[in-house]
Amino acid sequence: MDLYAENILDHYRNPRGKSPLLPQRERGQGRGPIQHTESNPACGDEITVGISLQNDHISEICWDGTGCAISQAAMSMLSEELEGKTLEDIDHLTKDSLLALLGVPIGPRRLKCALLGLHACKNALCQFQKIPLRSWSETVA
Amino acid sequence: MSLPIAKIRQAFPILRRLIDGHPLAYLDNAATTQKPDGVLDAMNAYYRTQNANAHRGMHPLAEEATDAYEGARGVVQKFLHACHSEEIIFTKSCTEAINLAAKSWGRTNLHPGDRVILTILEHHSNIIPWIQLKEERGIELQWVDIDDDGNLRFDRLERFLHEGNAKLVAITGQSNVLGMQPPLQEIIGRSHAAGARVLVDAAQLVAHHPIDVQKLDCDFLAFSGHKLYGPTGIGVLYGKREFLEHMPPMLGGGGMVQNVTEESFIPLDPPARFEAGTPPIAEAVGLAAAIDWLSQFSWEDIIHHEQQLLVHAGVVLSSIPNLTILGRFPLQPTPYNLPPRTGCLSFTLDNLHPHDLTEILGREGICLRAGHHCAEPLHRRLGFAASTRLSIALYNTPEEINRLPAAIERAREILTGKTADSARAHGRVANYKLQTTH
Repeated sequence: MDLYAENILDHYRNPRGKSPLLPQRERGQGRGPIQHTESNPACGDEITVGISLQNDHISEICWDGTGCAISQAAMSMLSEELEGKTLEDIDHLTKDSLLALLGVPIGPRRLKCALLGLHACKNALCQFQKIPLRSWSETVA
Repeated sequence: MSLPIAKIRQAFPILRRLIDGHPLAYLDNAATTQKPDGVLDAMNAYYRTQNANAHRGMHPLAEEATDAYEGARGVVQKFLHACHSEEIIFTKSCTEAINLAAKSWGRTNLHPGDRVILTILEHHSNIIPWIQLKEERGIELQWVDIDDDGNLRFDRLERFLHEGNAKLVAITGQSNVLGMQPPLQEIIGRSHAAGARVLVDAAQLVAHHPIDVQKLDCDFLAFSGHKLYGPTGIGVLYGKREFLEHMPPMLGGGGMVQNVTEESFIPLDPPARFEAGTPPIAEAVGLAAAIDWLSQFSWEDIIHHEQQLLVHAGVVLSSIPNLTILGRFPLQPTPYNLPPRTGCLSFTLDNLHPHDLTEILGREGICLRAGHHCAEPLHRRLGFAASTRLSIALYNTPEEINRLPAAIERAREILTGKTADSARAHGRVANYKLQTTH
């Protein structure tokens, strides 16, 4: 199948969850949004994710950024996938599950494009849990 | 006389390659050029018949390897019109050559408060060594800006020079993004008058314009073999002998030392002093073969062919809707009678990411570079995160460039689902543009 398959291009042209406004701090109760930015040093692509939680469930996931069709579509699909899930679900996400979600062949030169959103989500979680951030080599491993 | 392009193309076996049935249109020559048979054969013959370590043995092969290596140095000396062969230092790359100047000459001669003047056109390899020196030595960096056409602001350079304490001007001979050539002769003259030394990063210049280091009177000049139709793994630092003689070695090891005790060592004279370890001998042989190969053509013919190609590329690209060439186009006359652009043009298209565009063009065998081309400060100055670059060599043809408009339209349609006409109708002229922060 082609890298620029119809579902990839659809998410690229009409990204889901993409919004310059990150989630507002929940009023009075719950925890505020976890916000984290990652970039791909090879091309300068950048994605910021904002995750709002309610009772340990993701009540809202927003993101913003610039990048190629693959990085933007992958983050769009990921944000749909994670809506309503738990932080544990982010923890369980792997490179392979993200590639399966994309459903197109990703060669080595586009791997970091595909994984930029996942890398940002994983490190948003690390930041929330106050544990050391993951390196790129851990995400692509 | 015009160049025998068909015959030249015959000399490059890779140009006969098909990508998925499409002929190759290799337009990424600013990243690296392809290699002619003459270079491949020379390296092959060296390994098959002469291979030994240079400067390290008394047997016949050791002598032949040494002759081949030192012969290559002579070829480079002649090519650059350097006064002495010991002014030619072989390194592994242009990057290493600039680092050698920074880490040897810079560490010895630059002190806290001294200024190094750079331009916003520079490649990272002529930026980072100086930032490292700033962190290590407390020197100050000053950046010469460009105008909106992409030309260097000569007035800024003069102001910096007059402010005093300028010890070095480190400047590209040709931008790897805009293709602009700063007026080196004038810059070197004014810098010397202000007491500053000059290092020229000739990585891009070297394949497109003759270099005469004595006429230029530059103090250092760096380039790499692989952008000059030669192999990877070899670069050159030219330095005036009077400076090299007083510079300490950057690396210590075999081949750079007169004698060693348990306590100390006495280094050899240049160039050996700066060439610790087994040098890139076969690569030096390949570089010399590349220079010999290129020297069969006159610079006049090369410049004429490449200027025609680049102007043609500019006209063809300008005809594509919503395509923006970085720096001004049509090409404007520049001061000092320099060609307006040489070697490359960079552009953006709609809000499409250069990686997507070049990935799709690549499927048709059209090879362009995407990204910031290791010139992040310049892209930030221009207000773009990334661009697509078309860069030529003497084997490229107008026919290769003519493939671009239709291929770019196909890519645009794949990515946006819209044709150029409908994109225009919807007023989608916004380019892939960042918030500028300068």
